[in-house]
Amino acid sequence: MTAAIRTRKLTKRFGELVAVDELDLAITEGEVFGLLGPNGAGKTTTLSMLATLLAPDGGTATVAGHDVQRAPAQVRQHIGMVFQDPSSDDILTGRENLYLHGLMYGVPRREIPGRVAEALELVALENRGNDRVRTYSGGMRRRLELARGLLHHPRILFLDEPTLGLDPQTRERIWTHIETIVAERKVTIILTTHYMEEADRLCDRIAIIDHGRIVTLDTPEALKESVGGDTVRLELAEAEAAHQRLSTLDFISRCEVRGGGLDVALADVPRNLPRLFNAVGEVESFAVHTTTLNDVFLHYTGRDIRDEGGEGTMGWMRKVQSVRNR
Amino acid sequence: MNQLAGLYAIWLREVKVFFRERSRLIGSLLTPLLWLLVVGKGIGASIEDTSEFGGYDYATFIFPGILCMTILFTSVFYGLYIIWDRKIDFLKEVLASPLNRSTIFLGKVLGGCTDALVQGSLLLLLAPLLFPDLTLTPYSLGVTLLFLFLLAIAMSSLGLIIGSRMESPEGFSLVTGLVVFPMYFLSGALFPKENLPMGLRIATTLDPVTYAVDAIRQVMLGMHEFGLLIDLGVLLALCAVLIAIGTWSFRTMRL
Repeated sequence: MTAAIRTRKLTKRFGELVAVDELDLAITEGEVFGLLGPNGAGKTTTLSMLATLLAPDGGTATVAGHDVQRAPAQVRQHIGMVFQDPSSDDILTGRENLYLHGLMYGVPRREIPGRVAEALELVALENRGNDRVRTYSGGMRRRLELARGLLHHPRILFLDEPTLGLDPQTRERIWTHIETIVAERKVTIILTTHYMEEADRLCDRIAIIDHGRIVTLDTPEALKESVGGDTVRLELAEAEAAHQRLSTLDFISRCEVRGGGLDVALADVPRNLPRLFNAVGEVESFAVHTTTLNDVFLHYTGRDIRDEGGEGTMGWMRKVQSVRNR
Repeated sequence: MNQLAGLYAIWLREVKVFFRERSRLIGSLLTPLLWLLVVGKGIGASIEDTSEFGGYDYATFIFPGILCMTILFTSVFYGLYIIWDRKIDFLKEVLASPLNRSTIFLGKVLGGCTDALVQGSLLLLLAPLLFPDLTLTPYSLGVTLLFLFLLAIAMSSLGLIIGSRMESPEGFSLVTGLVVFPMYFLSGALFPKENLPMGLRIATTLDPVTYAVDAIRQVMLGMHEFGLLIDLGVLLALCAVLIAIGTWSFRTMRL
């Protein structure tokens, strides 16, 4: 497998602030790679440097085999970019926006109309193509820009916060479109997000970044695994005694007494939950907390990602059940 | 080849936007008509001896100057749109494309130039109706359009240079106001230059717009100070310098 993107000690400073700090990344062709981190972590700055919109202060980056500083034009030929903020022209129609994009990226004139139709179909906007973008909703506009990013058949697609500020249904729809793109096109996708579910759902691998540095990098599953699996909260009378009994069991990675109950971390909850109940005896109630990337973020940075102002994360997906076990 | 298609794309975008914003087109014609029909006819009404104006009435005399004014204002203020483009991310979409910054700059200049020339042409269409004394032949119209074109190229470049350095529309208006009004008033658009005091005379000579007014006045009214070749030389040099600065300022423009 060849690397679609490789950076070595990539650095960007804004005055005193080191926005991106000696970043080393290797992104494989064909994967969906996520840069996850709070606002101001350096995600957009990294993307801007990779897209040749911002010159690095140190280090190197190769995108689609071309150096971003020595051959920016070649890099730009092979990448598509969907920006965080709307970047389509709202006085023009969706179709016109796509057509102009085709011209700017050197798509042969004869091929443009076909590709525009194909792109509109991909994001289900074929009926609105002749309307001015001014009349589009935020979600439609994002879909149009997604289609535009793909119009020139780039090898690498950058998505900067693709669902920022969109309502849950629209977000779901964008995700479906991105999944379609992954399935139908041979394209490497790098996306930045501070939405945990987004990274979890779409990405093959995730780099958690904070203060311009990679805190950890792995598949979503492995990242969640690394913080010790899901947690079961048990409310019971004799917590101390139960703690004694449980600490010898091999499927339990962590067991703590907290506030008259027990927090038990264990792998493979569906299979091991009955074994846990057998070992612990009588409990009053229990709750299963599924590990999310937010826990991963918390684990590695000591902070909740929502502290940094990510709006409306659905976050902790709790499966809470209450069972009387008498 | 790709750069050429891109140049076309950027120009096409500007033109489409221009024709869709009708108010821009109509609003921009109002000012020159006010100058011609109110100031021109108004001041003209109290001037009996028109020998200083080559025997033409005052409104006819200032027509070449008002043409240049239209081009000057439209072209320079066109630079404002680059600030809006930057505020919304549309400019990023263009800058992330494989196009050179110089192609982007030239496409924008040609777009602004087209806007200005459409307005200039509309005024020219009205000319035979409003001012029958003007010499309007294929030759005079050709020369006029050539000079309007060069002036539009130079002034769109100037507007884009200022726009690419400015953060806010307010700052842009302030700076362009300081540049545009002196250039307009010093160009001799509104008065003959023969009897000017020395200081003012020198200032008009330094104003590049003077040379566009001079050329058009020569072919339409038969009055001139410098002659077409000098006029052409000055405007070509101005275009070359401003395009060079503009390309540089787009290359170094911050987002």
